[in-house]
Amino acid sequence: MSERGPMDAPVEGAPLAGAGFAPEAAFLDCVHCGLCHSACPTYVELGTEADSPRGRIHLMHALQDGTLPLDAAAVQHLDLCLGCRGCETACPSGVHYGALIEAARPWIEERYRRPVTTRLRRGLALTILPYPRRLRLALAPLHFLERLGVLAVARTLLRQLPARWRYRASLLPDPLPAPAAVPLETPARGVERTCVQLLVGCVMPELFGDTVRSTLEVLARNGCRILAPADQVCCGALSLHAGDRATAVRLACANVDAFEPRAAGPAIPLVVNASGCGAMMKEYAALLADEPAHAERAARLAARVEDATELLVRLPLAAPRAAAPARRVAYHDPCHLAHAQGVRQPPRALLASLPGVTLVSMADEDLCCGSAGHYNVMHPDLAARLAARKVEAMRASAVDVIATANAGCALQLEAGLRAAGVALRVRHVLDLLADAYRG
Amino acid sequence: MSIQGPLGAAARARLQRALVAVVGADGVLADAADLRVYECDGYTIERSVPALVVLPRTTDEVARVVRLAAEAEVAFVPRGAGTGLSGGCLPGEAPLMICTSRMRRIRMLDVANRRVVAEAGVVNATVSRAVRDAGLYYVPDPSSQNACTIGGNVAENSGGPHTLKYGVTTNHVLGVELVLADGEVVELGGVIEDTPGYDLTGVVCGSEGTFGIVTAATLRLEPLPEAVTTLLAVFETVAAATATVSRIIAAGIVPAALEMMDRTIVEAIEAAYHAGFPTDAGAVLIIELDGPAAGLPALAARVEELCRVGGMRSVRTAADEAERAAIWKSRKRAFGAVGRLSPSYCTQDGVVPRTRLPEILMRIEEIGARYGLRIGNVFHAGDGNIHPVILFDERDRAETARVLSAGREILAACVALGGSITGEHGIGVEKIRELGLSFGPDDLALMRRLRGVFDPAGRANPGKIFPTAAGCTEQRAPRRQAAL
Ligand SMILES: Cc1cc2nc3c(=O)[nH]c(=O)nc-3n(C[C@H](O)[C@H](O)[C@H](O)COP(=O)(O)OP(=O)(O)OC[C@H]3O[C@@H](n4cnc5c(N)ncnc54)[C@H](O)[C@@H]3O)c2cc1C
Ligand code: SF4
Ligand code: SF4
Repeated sequence: MSERGPMDAPVEGAPLAGAGFAPEAAFLDCVHCGLCHSACPTYVELGTEADSPRGRIHLMHALQDGTLPLDAAAVQHLDLCLGCRGCETACPSGVHYGALIEAARPWIEERYRRPVTTRLRRGLALTILPYPRRLRLALAPLHFLERLGVLAVARTLLRQLPARWRYRASLLPDPLPAPAAVPLETPARGVERTCVQLLVGCVMPELFGDTVRSTLEVLARNGCRILAPADQVCCGALSLHAGDRATAVRLACANVDAFEPRAAGPAIPLVVNASGCGAMMKEYAALLADEPAHAERAARLAARVEDATELLVRLPLAAPRAAAPARRVAYHDPCHLAHAQGVRQPPRALLASLPGVTLVSMADEDLCCGSAGHYNVMHPDLAARLAARKVEAMRASAVDVIATANAGCALQLEAGLRAAGVALRVRHVLDLLADAYRG
Repeated sequence: MSIQGPLGAAARARLQRALVAVVGADGVLADAADLRVYECDGYTIERSVPALVVLPRTTDEVARVVRLAAEAEVAFVPRGAGTGLSGGCLPGEAPLMICTSRMRRIRMLDVANRRVVAEAGVVNATVSRAVRDAGLYYVPDPSSQNACTIGGNVAENSGGPHTLKYGVTTNHVLGVELVLADGEVVELGGVIEDTPGYDLTGVVCGSEGTFGIVTAATLRLEPLPEAVTTLLAVFETVAAATATVSRIIAAGIVPAALEMMDRTIVEAIEAAYHAGFPTDAGAVLIIELDGPAAGLPALAARVEELCRVGGMRSVRTAADEAERAAIWKSRKRAFGAVGRLSPSYCTQDGVVPRTRLPEILMRIEEIGARYGLRIGNVFHAGDGNIHPVILFDERDRAETARVLSAGREILAACVALGGSITGEHGIGVEKIRELGLSFGPDDLALMRRLRGVFDPAGRANPGKIFPTAAGCTEQRAPRRQAAL
């Protein structure tokens, strides 16, 4: 897991370490009780205090104080944080861990230069992932190979790989779904019950086309007319989590403009089907607080954001009628849905309403799977261990299907299962709903 | 601040190499950032950074690590999850910290005989979760149960709300596997209820790491109660609530749990969790009854009657498991919630005979008034184990000094009422000075001799429980880190 190299060095001429990134009170909120430990995937896996929420808060405080050098070791522990915010759910003292780490990251960026391999890998991820056109270009050869059947062959060879590479290779979806094209407007099927806007997202249509198609279908069947404004861009979460706040602000402003309602009238929901993006957009008000032209509108936009599962439960869902075989289903909580948005019941309620489904509980169902944006690209070894931990829990739950409400989690969980050779599928709640409607 | 502590640089490098040979490179922490976070536990007033931290995975590794420490004549400090509230795992004079966080296996579950062998680093709540499907649970449930370890529980002889009826950790530990300070592995007690000879397991419970490192414990499990009723009884005054506690116990009823929270604490909990507690009441009691389903409604009715006689204003019974869980979640996370009322707070831990609860609470109120401090109370009422929470602002030096004095007076008052200076948080470094309130020189000398039997060289967690000459910790303001 070590990503340290000879190139590690503080940036020359960087601002003084003493200049803070968070108010002292934000650190004082942490009473050092350690109750967040069990909720932290990296602590559970590594058992090292510096990889626990309490330890990271301690480190950030010491860095801000200037009593600890900003070196490879310190940066490594903060980098290994998944940003899953499981610790916020567990914390009795109301520590806003997410805000702390998010403030620390750009501060570190300004002062610390990472090893060249890390910078390259991250640079690549950040220049491709948030931009659908670039991502499509990057994925085009893979789609071509998939059509030729080459990928299918490659996958059968996967099991021969040494463990370390098996997981990485397993991150390739099986099969690689065709990209989705989202029309500017999708009419409701049957009677129109409401009109919604949809965040298409950057990675979703390129890598998870099936889930995007399911989203459109399920919303339409529930009487939604779906508008997908043309000028929308990536929500900015990937950049923000990587410490590039400026890009995140720029993207967020563009979205505030793109989703600005054309006409006056009652606020319409802005539906999101990726939990990281939903969490990000619900926090646009804070992100754009210092942008005079956007701050107020950002707050209004944030108030309209809803996860697709929240909206469907609220509508409420038009129950699928078709009979289906009995299935035991366990649900994995996406961190940015459960911990960041507090959305836990809606996806479960949707699953429980499906014909034939018995929802069962699973150990550690709200412990991060290690997907976390581009974490599995940056820290594949730890991500693989976190996935393996989830695989054990999934296997032990003895279910027929694992459901989750975020495509990135589904990809990561399936990679873990494939790497372990366990034949269990992970499906997005919206895909399961779409299946149920299709009968 | 030197990270070597009492260990020289060359000796440290030598020890580090030797440790790596035992546990591998990823099991030895030596970088400044890695070590810094181990400078304190839940007690943050005193701090000192260990020179090395080692994370063994097996008993054998622990034994080899301890032997290396013995050869190098280096003292060590055991650490579990670091949730201790008395600085028990503060390095101080011990440069080498041995952390059990990677020893998390449950080695054996014997459902028929209701026992389980858990390694030291297993988290308390994990044990109950692992055996629930077998209809069993592990009783001691400290409020920190989602984080604290079995090793730490044994070392502190921890209690919890449900230890009123069923007893604290020592009553549930059948045996321990212990690595002595010279590296010898010993098995004390056993898997049966009663082993002949001295109860050595009993003395290890509460030894705060000074007898060596507990690497595994055989724990007694209890069948899940057939039925549980949880009442939330609301009183106008703390006095009425505490008098009711005595009345319930005097009537021969032993609830599974009997907890009290006063208005200050209820206010904090409501601010944090919005669980529907009445913020205008003087005090609330959480009364949990368990046992065979048949007898429970009658018992609950009797308890309610006793409460009513004691001046209860209203009562709520948890309708289902979810409501019950919500009540306990609020209670168990009460300390953290206090952070929402004031910038700093300091929790004390003392015990009085439960019949003296009304008196100690009056004394606490009087002490608070005299020092001009707001003090909240949340405690295991059934055990007479009080936890006064003193609210203050650490940036105010004068106020901080008053907090320390008030805390000491409260503990002295506990002793004067026939109680003790700690119920469950241990002595650690926090209460070294107060130990003399409860014990005379002869008692202390005897305890030291007992300690000497297990650890003649004094290498296991030195500087805890008993005062020693040396001390190299850094004093800070109480509770939260010093503010600007
Ligand atoms: C919010 C909160 C609530 C709490 N509530 C309670 C409560 O209700 N009841 C209660 O009793 N306590 C409570 N505590 C205190 C604390 O959680 C307990 O003392 C717990 O048992 C400590 O376990 P740990 O694993 O964190 O041990 P640590 O804090 O790591 O260590 C505690 C002591 O045990 C020693 N030790 C640790 N592991 C071993 C081992 N394997 N062998 C030998 N010695 C060892 C250490 O050297 C140290 O002296 C609470 C703490 C917090 C922060
Ligand atoms: S955000 Fe997740 S990974 Fe990071 S400290 Fe909190 S619980 Fe751990
Ligand atoms: S973040 Fe919260 S739960 Fe974790 S140690 Fe700090 S106060 Fe406790």
